[in-house]
Amino acid sequence: MTTRQARFAGPLPYAAALVCLLLAWLVCYPLLMTLLEALGGPNAWTLGHLGDFIHRQDEWMALWRSLWISVASVILAGAIGVPLAFLFERTEFPGRRFLGAVAALPVALPPLVGVIAFLFLYGESGFVSRAVQGLLHLQDPPWHLAGPGAVLLVHAYSMYVYFYLFVRAGLARQDVALLEAAASLGASRLRTLFTVTLPLLRPSLGAAALLTFMTSLASFSAPYLFGGGFRVMTTQIVASKLNGELGLAQVETVMLAVLAILALAAMRRVEGSAGAGGATGVRGIAPARRRLASPVARGTAFVLGWVMAAVLLLPHAVLALISFVPPFTWTTETIPPVLDGRNWAALVTKPEHLRPVVNSLWMAAAATLAAVVLGLAAARLAAVRRRGFLASALEWLIALPWAVPGTVFALALATAFGVSQPWLGRFVLIGTPWILPLAYLVRNLPLTGRGALAGLRGIDPALEEAAASLGADRWRRLGRIVLPLLRPALAAGAGLAFITALGDFVTSIVLYTYDTRPISIEILASLRLQDLGMAAVYGVLLMTASTAAFLLWGRGEAR
Amino acid sequence: MPPFLILEGLDKSFGSQAVLRGLSLEVNAGEVLALLGPSGSGKTTALRLIAGFETPDRGKILVGGEDVTALPPEKRHFGMVFQHYALFPHLNVRENVAFGLAGRKLGPAMTTRKVADALALVELPGYETRRVGEISGGQQQRIALARALAPEPRVLLLDEPLSNLDPTLRERTRRELLRAVRRVGITTVLVTHEQEEAFHLGNRVAVLHGGVLHQVAAPEELYERPATRFVAGFVGRASGLPGVLTADGGVKINGVDGVVWTGEPASDAGSVPGTAVELVVRPESLAFTDADRNSLAGRVAERRYAGSSTFYAVELALGREVEVLAPADAAAEGDTVRVAPAPGGLPPRIFRASPEVLQLEDNPAGSPHVP
Repeated sequence: MTTRQARFAGPLPYAAALVCLLLAWLVCYPLLMTLLEALGGPNAWTLGHLGDFIHRQDEWMALWRSLWISVASVILAGAIGVPLAFLFERTEFPGRRFLGAVAALPVALPPLVGVIAFLFLYGESGFVSRAVQGLLHLQDPPWHLAGPGAVLLVHAYSMYVYFYLFVRAGLARQDVALLEAAASLGASRLRTLFTVTLPLLRPSLGAAALLTFMTSLASFSAPYLFGGGFRVMTTQIVASKLNGELGLAQVETVMLAVLAILALAAMRRVEGSAGAGGATGVRGIAPARRRLASPVARGTAFVLGWVMAAVLLLPHAVLALISFVPPFTWTTETIPPVLDGRNWAALVTKPEHLRPVVNSLWMAAAATLAAVVLGLAAARLAAVRRRGFLASALEWLIALPWAVPGTVFALALATAFGVSQPWLGRFVLIGTPWILPLAYLVRNLPLTGRGALAGLRGIDPALEEAAASLGADRWRRLGRIVLPLLRPALAAGAGLAFITALGDFVTSIVLYTYDTRPISIEILASLRLQDLGMAAVYGVLLMTASTAAFLLWGRGEAR
Repeated sequence: MPPFLILEGLDKSFGSQAVLRGLSLEVNAGEVLALLGPSGSGKTTALRLIAGFETPDRGKILVGGEDVTALPPEKRHFGMVFQHYALFPHLNVRENVAFGLAGRKLGPAMTTRKVADALALVELPGYETRRVGEISGGQQQRIALARALAPEPRVLLLDEPLSNLDPTLRERTRRELLRAVRRVGITTVLVTHEQEEAFHLGNRVAVLHGGVLHQVAAPEELYERPATRFVAGFVGRASGLPGVLTADGGVKINGVDGVVWTGEPASDAGSVPGTAVELVVRPESLAFTDADRNSLAGRVAERRYAGSSTFYAVELALGREVEVLAPADAAAEGDTVRVAPAPGGLPPRIFRASPEVLQLEDNPAGSPHVP
């Protein structure tokens, strides 16, 4: 297959410039505002805050910790996700299908909810801790869910899924002829794995690593709840804010963003040479699955598989359980003494309780739709103009929101769109219902945009040329040829984007108002009121919606 | 009749690479013109320029008197069949074939009629509901043709339409393709790297090499009177013998005394005696002879029996190799033979000797000129 794109389709350069401008306004502008404030802002320019940062040991410590925790998360998530992908894609054993789907479940657990579930399971008075403590007759809890280990655990749990999904999709796309060629040239299975299979997986591995790294870098809930004295940059920013050192907080924000951008640049070089995913030539047949020969191996796989399923399902199960705990009935007992459906009933009898659910659903839906349209537009313009300044700019702008941690971006948006200066492109959006969907939109642009880009690069350019030769103008080509073929990639991006927007916490906490509060804020509110049951109800609702979205759309060629 | 499709001085470069240089061609209405050349000759680029998928750096394209150079492909009303067919995988056969009819506001009944007609033309009636993945390669090719012809375009463009088919299927599909094109009578430009295909399908054949047009003529003309050394070697088998032009227009063969053969000079050979030239001769124009005069001595290096004909690779004493077409029992490998022009055969062609030929002359390691 040629690598030429349908160059003749060259859309008006104005369109590309327009989208670029729009993205720049949405993505760069808030960042710029933050940078300005870090340097003292329009009132009193100063490098003092920067100086504070540079001279403080613990600032550099926090930055370093953010970096190594993210790298460690990538390694750990990869170490779990990649073998799992191979296991479920390349071998056959009883229960493989079901367990293979279960293995992807953590994707449906929103960050805040997941962290809380972890607390309930593995915290000092968590179910599992207490069970182990009882079984082994220990005086003290068997472990403390605190410090970097705890953070890594949470990260590994939620993020191995990226490796699992992407690598599975990558393996399914591989051509068995390549493996057979290697074998015919005398390569052992191990050698084939390292010299053929894994290198071919580079796009998938790269994409998963990038997503994991960025998510870890911006992760807040886990370090906040479990970090303790182990501060990473995101928690450090919050600490500075609470101390009233706003200028320092801005500098810290900028530093974190710089680190993220550097990582993004480095990752793109790795990915770039592999073609950012998509077509790798003539599509062949995927290798057939190996039946595990010995009954011992099969039995082990079976048992381990179900154990793994149980472990993965525990957080979901625990949430479901706690949703049946009426308020104020569970204090120090190991197991909740009272269980009934009061909380669930309240959802129906007090409509006010449904408000956050409705809010989250419409805001996530609106944001996802906009993110798909904008991401597709940007990707199409970037894909068509293969080389050139505008193409690179568009690709960068699409991925840039990842470089910015959620809180940071929310604050930047609040700053940028808190005043009305239309000539500077600033409108008052804060306090309106539109600021949250806008925030979700920008945060999710990388997911939809990159998905669209990878999908577009996988479409044979001859198809569009054929359509043009038959008289189809660029809109008809888009609607009848490109979009239908792009559907799996777009749907996967949209699915992930929807789930992320639905469960968003860090952006929402900065920008919400009482009327627009999403589910995650309501969960926090319930927790503050010691109403664990209600918090768990919302958690379960969030989980269900996420799982549904994932099953409907996200399963395809997730990128 | 004035030509229908005119290419005027087309230049195209990709980056610093010049792919087409000054291509000028005229195609008559209803004619099939084959663009023939090796890979990298620029023939596919020329086709894509005609289709509108690339814009030329210089030059014009005219159709029926209209300058279409700046027109986007969707407005040119040309039909194109792609090398890998490019059938839309998410649409069935009917939807594929009807795709080009959408803009015409024909109404469902008329569309159905036209689709059926197009499928009948390629002899695949009733295939409307099939899915693209369900039909064979040969059928896909014909559906692609039906799709291109359904909107009744004014020009048909074919990009190596048969290269993806296996050889047994290729011959048959070629005949069907020709039948369909002739029935419609549409002006057609076809790109191929196979000489046999070009000769079979094309009324005229344009030979391209290195982005330059070497010759455009009917197949007979190309074969019997090739305009350049490249055409002589690319179209049919040929052997070359370096020599010098004599006063009476013959060629004295280098490396041996007193052997002068006659031939038809190409335009570049000129007529100045003493010019270094190359005498290019086809296997059927050489024969084994007993005569010692005006013949070349050699040894049969290889005998290739090909059923209806037998080719003999003869290593000449002067250090070159030629190919001779002779009866199956004419000689055996290792025999000493003498070679001379066959009486009544095609006259050899005389070309000005190229720098490579002259260089080889200085290093007489002897290299076969048989392509």
